[in-house]
Amino acid sequence: MSEKGTDRVKRGMAEMQKGGVIMDVVNAEQAKIAEAAGATAVMALERVPSDIRKEGGVARMADPRITEEVMNAVSIPVMAKARIGHITEARILEAMGVDYIDESEVLTPADEEFHLLKNDYTVPFVCGCRNIGEAARRIGEGASMLRTKGEPGTGNIVEAVRHLRQVNSEVRNIVAMGEDELMTAARDLGASYEFLKEVKNLGRLPVVNFAAGGIATPADAALMMELGADGVFVGSGIFKSEQPERFARAIVEATAHYQDYALIAKLSKNLGPAMKGLEMATIGTADRMQERGW
Amino acid sequence: MKIGVLALQGAVREHVQAIQACGAQAVVVKKAADLAELDGLVLPGGESTAMRRLIDRADMLEPLKQFAYAGKPVFGTCAGLVLLASKIDGQEDAHLGVMDITVARNSFGRQVDSFEADLDIKGIETPFPAVFIRAPHIVNAGTRVDVLCEYDGRIVLAKSGPFLGCSFHPELTGDHRLMKLFLDMVEDEALLPTEAHYSKI
Repeated sequence: MSEKGTDRVKRGMAEMQKGGVIMDVVNAEQAKIAEAAGATAVMALERVPSDIRKEGGVARMADPRITEEVMNAVSIPVMAKARIGHITEARILEAMGVDYIDESEVLTPADEEFHLLKNDYTVPFVCGCRNIGEAARRIGEGASMLRTKGEPGTGNIVEAVRHLRQVNSEVRNIVAMGEDELMTAARDLGASYEFLKEVKNLGRLPVVNFAAGGIATPADAALMMELGADGVFVGSGIFKSEQPERFARAIVEATAHYQDYALIAKLSKNLGPAMKGLEMATIGTADRMQERGW
Repeated sequence: MKIGVLALQGAVREHVQAIQACGAQAVVVKKAADLAELDGLVLPGGESTAMRRLIDRADMLEPLKQFAYAGKPVFGTCAGLVLLASKIDGQEDAHLGVMDITVARNSFGRQVDSFEADLDIKGIETPFPAVFIRAPHIVNAGTRVDVLCEYDGRIVLAKSGPFLGCSFHPELTGDHRLMKLFLDMVEDEALLPTEAHYSKI
C-alpha cells in the first residue's frame, strides 16, 4: 500500500531543499542558468517582483506555457506562484504537475480574507509569514513549507531580516515558556494552542523556513543563513543583476558555506552591480507586498 | 565511531540525529579536510545536481572518490544514491561513480506522485516505513551487488561492498534500522575493498 500527498511527503520535499537556493525564473533559458548554477529548485513566474512593482497592474499566475517550458527545461523541482486564495490557479498548477505551489503575496491577492485550504491538495504549498502567528495559520491550513516574507522586489534585505528575526525570537520564547503560559501566548499571537505545543516540544518550527524578499547579494544570502534560515529564495536579485550566471553561482556557494567569510569575500569580488534596490521609506504601506495576506 | 554527513545541501540534520541516536559520533562535512579520520560517510537526500555543483566548487570530487576507494563505507539516500552510482540513466557522466549500479532520476514521477510505503527489506524483520520524494531507482545492478529491497518491481535498496544506497529517505521517519545496518557495515573490520565493488573509471 502506498499513500501520496501525506504531510511527511509534502514537508519532506522541503526538507530536501535545505541549505539551498530557490531562484525566480521567467523562462526556460533562465531556468537552465539557475540549474547549472546549483539552484535546488526554480520558481516559475511571469514577471520577477521588481518588474511587478515597476509595471503595476494585476499580477497573476504565469501563463501555463511558461511554466510548462520551465518544467521541460530542468530536472530540478519546479515551483510556481498562485494568487492568495485563488483555488482555481492552484488547482491548475497541481493538474500541470508543478512540484510546489507558492501561495504568494507577490501576486495580487484573489481573496483578501481567506487563504487556500492547502490540506485539500496533493501538491505541497509554501507560504509567506512575518511572525509565528502567521506561520501557525498557514501551517494550520496545510502549508508544508514557510518563507519569511521580507519585501519582494526591493533588493533591500531589511524586511527579510526583520521577519526572520521576529519568527525565530518568537520560537525561542515559546520554547522557553512554561506550559501553563502557552494558551495566553496562543491568544496573543493568533496561533493555535496545539501548534505552540508542537513548537515547544520540537524546539523549532515543524516545517522548513526559508528566507525571502530582498536578497540581492551573496552576503545577503549568507546573512539569512546566519540568522537561522533553512535556505533562501532569490527573486529579482539574480536576473536583475548584470551578470546573472555569476551572481547565481556565488549566491549558491555563499548559502552553502555561509560562515566561510574568506570564501564569500572571494565570491563577491568583481560580480558587477547588484540590482539597484529600493529604500523602504519610499514604499508606502499600500505598496508593500508583505501586507497582503494575514 | 565517527560518521560524516556531507553537508553541502539537503537533509543533513536528520542524518546527524540518526547517527547520534545509534550511538555514533556525527561529523558535518563541508570541505575535503573534514573527511580525515572518518570511519564512514553519509550522502544525504537533497538535490543531486546542486550537490554536485557544490562538490566541484569545493574541490571535493576527488577526495570523495578517494575516500570510497579506500574502502570506507558510504551510505547514500536518494540524491546520495545518485551521487554513488556508476551510471545515471540519460546522462553522460556520473558523479562519484563508485557503486556498480545504474540509476534513473525522478523515476517515480514528480512531487505529486511522491509517496510513503512500507517495505520488506532483506535482513530487517518487520516492514520499514519509507518516504519516496521525486525518488530515483536502481535500473541495473552489477553481479556483485546485493539487492536488499524491491518495490513495485524496482530496486530501491542495495548494498555493494562498502556501499549502501537507497531510493527513499530513512532519515525522515525516525526509524534508525537502516542507519544501524550501515553502522554495522562500518564496524565490520573484515570488510575489505575488492576491485569488483567499483566500476571502471
